[in-house]
Amino acid sequence: MKILVCISHVPDTTSKINFTDNDTKFDTNGVQFVINPNDEFGLTRAMWFKEKQGASVDVVNVGGAETEPTLRKALAIGADSAIRVNAEATDGLFVAKQLAQVVKDGGYDLVIAGRESIDYNGGMVPGLLAGILDVNFVNTCIGLEVEGEAATAVREIDGGKETLATKLPLVIGGQKGLVEESDLRIPNMRGIMMARKKPLKVVEATAASEATKSVQFEKPAPKGDVKLVSPDNIDELVDLLHNEAKVI
Amino acid sequence: MSVLIYTESEGGKLKKAAFEVASYAKEIAQSLGTTVTAVAINVEDSSALGTYGVDKVLEVKNDALNNFNAKAYADVLAKAVAKEEAKVVVVSSSADSKYLAPLMAVKLDAGYVSNAVSLPESTAPFKVKRMAFTNKGFNITEITTDIKVIGLSSNAFGLKENTGAATSEAFEATIEGNLGVEVTAVDKATDKVSIADAEVVVSGGRGLKGPENWGMIEELADILGAATACSKPVSDMGWRPHSEHVGQTGKPVATNLYIAVGISGAIQHLAGINSSKVKVVVNSDPEAPFFKAADYGIVGDAFEVVPKLIEKLKEFKANNA
Repeated sequence: MKILVCISHVPDTTSKINFTDNDTKFDTNGVQFVINPNDEFGLTRAMWFKEKQGASVDVVNVGGAETEPTLRKALAIGADSAIRVNAEATDGLFVAKQLAQVVKDGGYDLVIAGRESIDYNGGMVPGLLAGILDVNFVNTCIGLEVEGEAATAVREIDGGKETLATKLPLVIGGQKGLVEESDLRIPNMRGIMMARKKPLKVVEATAASEATKSVQFEKPAPKGDVKLVSPDNIDELVDLLHNEAKVI
Repeated sequence: MSVLIYTESEGGKLKKAAFEVASYAKEIAQSLGTTVTAVAINVEDSSALGTYGVDKVLEVKNDALNNFNAKAYADVLAKAVAKEEAKVVVVSSSADSKYLAPLMAVKLDAGYVSNAVSLPESTAPFKVKRMAFTNKGFNITEITTDIKVIGLSSNAFGLKENTGAATSEAFEATIEGNLGVEVTAVDKATDKVSIADAEVVVSGGRGLKGPENWGMIEELADILGAATACSKPVSDMGWRPHSEHVGQTGKPVATNLYIAVGISGAIQHLAGINSSKVKVVVNSDPEAPFFKAADYGIVGDAFEVVPKLIEKLKEFKANNA
């Protein structure tokens, strides 16, 4: 089985978010970048398929040279090789079209992407990719087994989960649950050394149109101070929620 | 030319998300000088949609669509868009909507914007404000394609009643080919409010000391008709299921009221719940970061405060029933 894991290069979850150039760009100043958490759960599940079922695992990112350390980290975790599509990831459709080309060129059976990136939160690249390739798709996937061509996936639904029977070729929009938090791997020194020698191929982007463009960013309005209520005066809280906030 | 909406239902009954999407679509339709057409799949009674601004309902009745299937539903919606010559399609932010929307966008060559938080900033050019950076920012996005798909954040717009009634017509949608994905089992608590559908969420953190203490969280949630949720450490330790984990890598929460008990308020947690309208925190540590993000706070022991709050809310409900 040939697996491709899509890796987004995103600001660390603890990052303060600021914008620059008249609020048209994300300010990367002082920001640490990491593998998108939803992608990392998928990558870790892919490592399981590699170790238990002999799958090969490649990782891919659409982005500039600055994203290569994130791809190297994925190699240090254990992926076999990396591909960087050399283009700015302008919108979901553009990225999905680039990934579709990589999947076609590489003949992948299983593509695992995170259900959404924690920066842009578009939540559409896996679905767009599956739509473009016209292959099976499971979103918000929290469990995946593959036997030959047959796959069993568990999807998180609102208020529960459902089990799905499907087949390769398959695109997964993954998240926590594909593996547990405690299964995530921190690259060790040997992995980091090996990652330096693993292939990281840079390919040029294919010509592709976009469907959306980012116009402007805004930060949330600053919040007023918290109103403290004494633990001996819960009536006041009930009153505030009813008469002031009008939520009960 | 109408604005088309996907109306979500469960067991043949429309969900609140359907009415919110209808309310939102109505205002867009009015600004474009057109009407709202709803697609209702295996819905028993869709008459209430008229109250929220729907002008016409396309009724799809097909046993092959009893289980949600993203590909099949996307296909039905795309056919309805073609029939109505719709240029704007609105869906919700439910798991099902987010599953089908990108597949539908590919079929329609449409641009899709998810997590919209308000009405379009303008319709020519078509610009929509959406949540980004997990509630740490917003992004105004222009959709440049002929057909536009908008995913509306839950509770972002609310319900707006309209005078009027919807006409209804049958819409034949044959499902062609192999769907590729088949539901074999569903595991869903039907007696509980899900986080996605909830207007109020009561959430517990490590301050509750152990899973055996969740009874009062559930009782508080019951009184408020709320869903229960938890912080990341709580789900990582297995005190509560992953499906209750809210925050940056868990579920986003956009409710009218979010009550956090014994949650300190790590930046990842706050990001996930930030678009909730009113936030209440109960924590024994006055320095907990959650107090900076909350609207109302009680510095106190959860084991004393929550039972008192339950009692007071019971009184309140009894007096305001």
